[in-house]
Amino acid sequence: MRRAADKIKTAGFGLAMGVAFLPQTVLAAIAPAQPDVIENAPAAVPAAAPIAEAAPAGSYTPMAPTPGKGMPIDGAIGFQDQYSPIGEYGLWMHNAILMPVIVIVSLIVLFLMLWVMVKYRRAANPTPSKTAHNTVVEVIWTLLPVLILLGIAVPSIDLLAKQYETAPEDALTVKVTGYQWYWGYTYPDYGDFEVISNMMDEDEAIANGEPPQLAVDNRLVVPVGEPIRIQTIGADVIHSFAVPSLWFKLDAVPGRLNEKMLIVEEPGVYYGQCMELCGARHGYMPIAVEALPRAQFEQWVLTQPGGTLGDEPSDVTEIPGIQQPESAIPGAAGARNPAPEGAAATAAPTV
Amino acid sequence: MATTAHPDHHPAHDDAHDLHSHADHKPSFFARWFMSTNHKDIGTLYLIFSIFAAIIGGGISGIMRAELAEPGIQVLGWWAQFLGGGEAVDFDQTLHLWNVLISAHGLIMVFFVVMPAMIGGFANWFVPIMIGAPDMAFPRMNNISFWLTFMGFCSLMISAFMPGGTGTGAGTGWTVYAPLSTTGSPGPAVDFAIFALHLAGAGSIMGAINFITTIFNMRAPGMTLHKMPLFVWSVLVTAFLLLLALPVLAAAITMLLTDRNFGTTFFDPVGGGDPVLYQHLFWFFGHPEVYIMILPGFGIISQIVSTFSRKPVFGYLGMAYAMVAIGVVGFVVWAHHMYTVGLSVNEKMYFTAATMIIAVPTGIKIFSWIATMWGGSLEFKSPMWWALGFIFLFTVGGVTGVVLANGGVDDNLHDSYYVVAHFHYVLSLGAVTAMFAGWYYWFPKMFGRWHSELLSKIQFVIFFIGVNLVFFPMHFLGMQGMARRYPDYTPAFSYWNHLSSVGYVIMAISVGVFFLNIIYAIVAGKKPAPNYWGEGATTLEWTLSSPPPFHQFETLPEIDDHAHAH
Repeated sequence: MRRAADKIKTAGFGLAMGVAFLPQTVLAAIAPAQPDVIENAPAAVPAAAPIAEAAPAGSYTPMAPTPGKGMPIDGAIGFQDQYSPIGEYGLWMHNAILMPVIVIVSLIVLFLMLWVMVKYRRAANPTPSKTAHNTVVEVIWTLLPVLILLGIAVPSIDLLAKQYETAPEDALTVKVTGYQWYWGYTYPDYGDFEVISNMMDEDEAIANGEPPQLAVDNRLVVPVGEPIRIQTIGADVIHSFAVPSLWFKLDAVPGRLNEKMLIVEEPGVYYGQCMELCGARHGYMPIAVEALPRAQFEQWVLTQPGGTLGDEPSDVTEIPGIQQPESAIPGAAGARNPAPEGAAATAAPTV
Repeated sequence: MATTAHPDHHPAHDDAHDLHSHADHKPSFFARWFMSTNHKDIGTLYLIFSIFAAIIGGGISGIMRAELAEPGIQVLGWWAQFLGGGEAVDFDQTLHLWNVLISAHGLIMVFFVVMPAMIGGFANWFVPIMIGAPDMAFPRMNNISFWLTFMGFCSLMISAFMPGGTGTGAGTGWTVYAPLSTTGSPGPAVDFAIFALHLAGAGSIMGAINFITTIFNMRAPGMTLHKMPLFVWSVLVTAFLLLLALPVLAAAITMLLTDRNFGTTFFDPVGGGDPVLYQHLFWFFGHPEVYIMILPGFGIISQIVSTFSRKPVFGYLGMAYAMVAIGVVGFVVWAHHMYTVGLSVNEKMYFTAATMIIAVPTGIKIFSWIATMWGGSLEFKSPMWWALGFIFLFTVGGVTGVVLANGGVDDNLHDSYYVVAHFHYVLSLGAVTAMFAGWYYWFPKMFGRWHSELLSKIQFVIFFIGVNLVFFPMHFLGMQGMARRYPDYTPAFSYWNHLSSVGYVIMAISVGVFFLNIIYAIVAGKKPAPNYWGEGATTLEWTLSSPPPFHQFETLPEIDDHAHAH
């Protein structure tokens, strides 16, 4: 009971914080989205939005998560199932290479210890040997681990190289901004709207069939099966954008734009959490990624205030220049932006 | 063991039987304990301080495990009110207390429990004795090292009751990352925490200078570097790590202070600074720091395994230089703590490869301990139980380190409970197990009374079960994605968290047995002989009485080459 009360308090306070700090446009976008099912009403979109004459307004109903997919399972002893190519590679790296090696090494050490404890106990061996050196043995137990580590290093380095593959130039860009204590997802390619994502309160999550403390009010919606350029930045302190079932974790650091490619292989909802200590409510800023087929994703875009499809260069001119250059940054891994970025991101644009 | 003193040619041996000599003239209580220049008394002060700090640091983890036993916020609210918030504690203040607790737990355990016990306690006590020196090179600096550490602890305690942003105390994590520790935490709490690190760091730097000088200049005739006991080697390497690493920490946290108070922007992008620079500086200190905590443990375990196998340590030179290698390589792997911060692919590949290399010298140590026992005549006194426990638990903690070393795999495990499990296996189950091993190995020597062997074995069994139950499930939680530093979690993490909290209760019982054992020693402990472990114990402390005279080796012992086992 106490827990539920606390959670409601959090949600209430979170909303208050949002009201206090969000720029007006975002507020206008968020206000109608408060009811549990986000049924977008185009009428609620600010009149200034240029999508008024765009094709029929989109439609979107939040996908119900599949139990056990994209979320932790109670009592499980391994990784979550993986739904990205890197995740499958990483999982293989752990399960097929690292895990057998560390289990065998641990068991060998345990066996040797038990062996000497029994065979060389004082009752069995009253006179100790005086052997204190054996060069051959010492060389072997130095070189053997080196070989094992080399065996590990080869796929490990390959995995790293694959993780740093960059998204193609025309890939969808999503800019993830970590705030104390919620996430913002900006889509510069589709009208530069920002989705503000707060934790859903516990009762509502349970009513929706979602895992409490992982469910959010507005998800990060992405198209399935195609490369997505995720860029992260922190607006106040360092946060970390992490989704275990997609093998994805990238810190959101003020003053620096980090970038990494994400491919989600199956439609679904994938939950994550902030994984860098960011203050009091660090534990209450979850992440939910919803992957949809391209057509449905585009329908979702149209439900967003300011969301447009096609080539028209949306309202770039109205936005201070920070969003535009970002999406133009070549997909260099760990790409850094000039220092003022942090300041710019904090002072979000007001239209 | 390469260091055998021949008792017959041993002038200091007489001290053991001459308790009324000048050597045992002790100053008055206040002068002895508050103005001490005697390495053994200062060592005792450090050990008492460490136990006291461990009660607080361990108690904090008790609050943490109670909170994490179930999803939701259970006990934090009460503690927030109890610790000074009164009735008006709001939800953010309650959550802030959690961050204060995890930060304090880390800082206390690292700077005020493990380091004081290992370096201040055991090393102060036994390094001078093992090399045949009458005391440390700079006895008064030794004293100020202790009191600086003590004042550092006081400063950290004060910080817990100062305003720190969203609540009372410094809620930045023990890593004190900017900008959470600068713009993210207004109020003096973080300043006091930084000041605590400055004081403890200064104390440790002085201690390091003292040990290096002592070991290089005050070895008894015949005690060459390659005859020093491995415990002395471990402290020598540790002292160099301290001397090189701590000034970097001091610089980093001083920059934090000026960022916080004087408007500099070392770590603030708005002024051209970089938050990631702080992480580089912190971990350049922070990674050697983990070896600072474990290397003296390696030394203790080497002494114990050799003693109870009645054999010299196998591959003495390999063991000594493995520690040197660990120390050197430990300085060039720091960024594996920062794999997700946005490193370039080349950095990440380098740090992956370099980190895995550390497994080689560590493997040499594990295998050499087993080879020391191989062919030996093993006697299972209580320190040997703890030492064997150490070897296995440290192996388990070490192999998960190899997993985490892989930057590509760490992308999933970084900042998860898997990391918590890993570093508690090498520290809580590694370093702390080594501390208990050293405690029971030297307790009768230091305090002149026998502990109960039975109680210490009982403590080992309960402790072993407890800590494994606490920390092994954390591997599973981490792989399932549970983040560190969370006071609350989704119900799917309940099962293993609950088990882990049960493990804490078992571990706490073993601590009770530890204190019971001390009481037993005070009340009923028999007086130990000078060399109570028998012929396997060959280092110089066993040539002295138990406890040793107030001043030992007024005439230096000569190290007899012929006693050296070849």
